[in-house]
Amino acid sequence: MARMKFVCDAERCIECNGCVTACKNEHEIPWGVNRRRVVTLNDGVPGEKSISVACMHCSDAPCMAVCPVDCFYRTDEGVVLHDKDVCIGCGYCSYACPFGAPQFPAQGSFGVRGKMDKCTFCAGGPEEHGSEAEFEKYGRNRLSEGKLPACAEMCSTKALIAGDGDVVADIFRNRVVMRGKGAEVWGWGTAYGSKQAGQPTPGTK
Amino acid sequence: MKAALLVAAMGLALSACSDHPQTMHGFQHHDAAPYTGPQKAFTDAGWKVGDKASWEEHMKARTQRGQNDYYGRKN
Repeated sequence: MARMKFVCDAERCIECNGCVTACKNEHEIPWGVNRRRVVTLNDGVPGEKSISVACMHCSDAPCMAVCPVDCFYRTDEGVVLHDKDVCIGCGYCSYACPFGAPQFPAQGSFGVRGKMDKCTFCAGGPEEHGSEAEFEKYGRNRLSEGKLPACAEMCSTKALIAGDGDVVADIFRNRVVMRGKGAEVWGWGTAYGSKQAGQPTPGTK
Repeated sequence: MKAALLVAAMGLALSACSDHPQTMHGFQHHDAAPYTGPQKAFTDAGWKVGDKASWEEHMKARTQRGQNDYYGRKN
């Protein structure tokens, strides 16, 4: 298996924030913390683009490189996780991360001691899979349940894809080839087929 | 006698000031592999808990079925 990866298709993201909601609900994330968020470029201008951003589980993660207490680790699936029992909440990782993924909650079970919190690719943490302790600290462990991250599985337009990097790349490549560009991407024909509304189906009277 | 006691007391008092070497070895993270499963009712059906190959195939199939809207479509 390759590394687990996220890809967000800016042509499909409609800024509905369904991924953000799914994440917050799945892991019971407190107010003020956003493991995932939707960023819109040129907001309000025709042609604006939105992408959903969270921890990208970098193959050469800068957060891991700068952490002074070495609280990060990478699983065999390429998911970057951290141990909250080791984290000292210094914030170096938030300066190093180009995506702004590390969060520092100030309340609730996640952050009474200022521990860093971030997207886990729904893979939990070092606690026992599916345990109460794991949920309290890291949220739900969907990967160990044979499921993919909730944000991607909830995405209404399938803009956000998550899974094995090879499979994700394959899906995205095929999609780009199939959808064409320009006027082919949107419109009646794309949504409902080439038959126009009100016209009889060929071969019927 | 007094001098010996004084030296012993000073030695005892100053022993707290000694600084032991603190070498950073890195923490050992013991996180079980996801294919070992949570052993609970939320586990998705269709794969064998504890079997890595089964889990990987299941995840790939789930990625295709759930996120590829061209899945199974003939070009």
